[in-house]
Amino acid sequence: MSLINNLVEQLINGLRTGSIYALIALGYTMVYGIAKMINFAHGDIIMVGAYALYVFAALLGLPVPVCILLTIIVCAVLGITVERIAYKPLRNAPSLAVLITAIGVSYFLQNVALIIFKATPIPFGSVIKVPSIKIGGIHISGITIVTLIVTVIAMAILTWFINKTRAGSAMRAVSEDKGAAALMGINVNKTISMTFAIGSALAAVAGILFICQYESLSPTLGALPGIKAFVAAVLGGIGSIPGAMLGGIVLGIIESLSKAYISTQLADAIVFGVLVVVLLVKPSGLLGKMKAEKV
Amino acid sequence: MALLEVKHLGISFGGLRAVDDLNMSIEQGSLVGLIGPNGAGKTTAFNLLTGVYAPSEGTIVLDGESLVGKAPTEICKSGIARTFQNIRLFTKMTVLDNVKVALHNHVEYSLAESFFHLGKFSKREKEMDERAIDILKVFDLDGQADVLASNLPYGKQRKLEIARALATEPKLLLLDEPAAGMNPNETQELMDTIQLIRDKFHITILLIEHDMKLVSGICEYLYVLNFGMELAHGEPAVVLNDPKVITAYLGE
Repeated sequence: MSLINNLVEQLINGLRTGSIYALIALGYTMVYGIAKMINFAHGDIIMVGAYALYVFAALLGLPVPVCILLTIIVCAVLGITVERIAYKPLRNAPSLAVLITAIGVSYFLQNVALIIFKATPIPFGSVIKVPSIKIGGIHISGITIVTLIVTVIAMAILTWFINKTRAGSAMRAVSEDKGAAALMGINVNKTISMTFAIGSALAAVAGILFICQYESLSPTLGALPGIKAFVAAVLGGIGSIPGAMLGGIVLGIIESLSKAYISTQLADAIVFGVLVVVLLVKPSGLLGKMKAEKV
Repeated sequence: MALLEVKHLGISFGGLRAVDDLNMSIEQGSLVGLIGPNGAGKTTAFNLLTGVYAPSEGTIVLDGESLVGKAPTEICKSGIARTFQNIRLFTKMTVLDNVKVALHNHVEYSLAESFFHLGKFSKREKEMDERAIDILKVFDLDGQADVLASNLPYGKQRKLEIARALATEPKLLLLDEPAAGMNPNETQELMDTIQLIRDKFHITILLIEHDMKLVSGICEYLYVLNFGMELAHGEPAVVLNDPKVITAYLGE
């Protein structure tokens, strides 16, 4: 019985970690879909979100809902700003130039955080205080419950927005054919800005949930979840929104089970091993579609 | 004054003069053809008119407004819409969404609005659905509103492209080889549709076409391009019997 309980608890842990990966992976996949670039600075938006929450909650002492809202706004604005300054001038540049720029932005954000907040990790207790529950001997922490609920709501809103609204249609149209979209009167720049804003807002949510879980701030805290979420996005099929959701959850569960039953040290290696296997077996990802080249 | 005034329009790609000294004057409500042999610069002329390329020289004035230097999105908003020689629909979107996304919207949507004014927002979305369906009805596509654009048969994809262009509420509609790849029955149907939309939507149409039956059947005026230059212009009956034009098409 305790074996099964343990397994269920590990699966729930995996769902929690996976939810955070999924939220981040959505940003990668949406930006890839529309701008055909991997935004490697995306993970650092999580870090900025975590520090922003710390500033608003611990230093300024604002009420929690206000802090959360402000954090989301800060990240969305940061996402738009990074796109305008760093990526927009490179819209027609080779993808390698954009990739290197994204890495540059990532280091820039980390170092700005290093200058402001120093390298010593800052302890920061969770702002979300929900009691944990016990169902039939299975212990589920409050932050896990909040993470799962928030993720489900965020994904539902995003799916509705992309499929049912005109703004969402514009995003799909731009991701398919920028030129035709522009000729149909769609403002391509505005649509791309909006994509970065939404992706960064989701990263902010992920950052808040992440920091409430780990309770320690450092300038590189976004790097590892960022890169794992990228793996999740590739696993699910980069460019596919349901793929990012699925990829995140699957990766979280693999990580959690590896930690529990194989080795804590090897868990990360297994996660990245999954990326290698996926690239070998199904390069387009679980839900990605292979594009047949017309000859 | 004419709806579209094009004067001395030209563009070079390196040493190639793709369009040279093109002059056109298109009256409001007319149905005009732009013809010429392959490589004559017809599609390039469309690309200049829609802002895909910036002209090296010349002026484009639509309804009193200069379009030179404007981006494609702005030109679309000014009132020129087009279709493409090779169909460029949003294939992963439904027929309805293809039209809806192009709908001319006097009130710009914003992200905040879509999240915070849900009531007003959903009402607006519903209005747009209705407008899109109205346009689809003209092309007999309303029954397939929820079908993915890529799953439509070829002839219907061509029609959907015209429907999508009309959704932007253009003053001038540019059709790039609308009958390409169609059989004679489909071409006949297309001719009826083109005339119908001109009358129903009160717009001006400029079309590129190789199908001479279509050109002589519905165009009221023709411009002929050859090697980027204007070879002739006038009424179809005159132009199509012009020895210069016949030579350009058939050779000496």
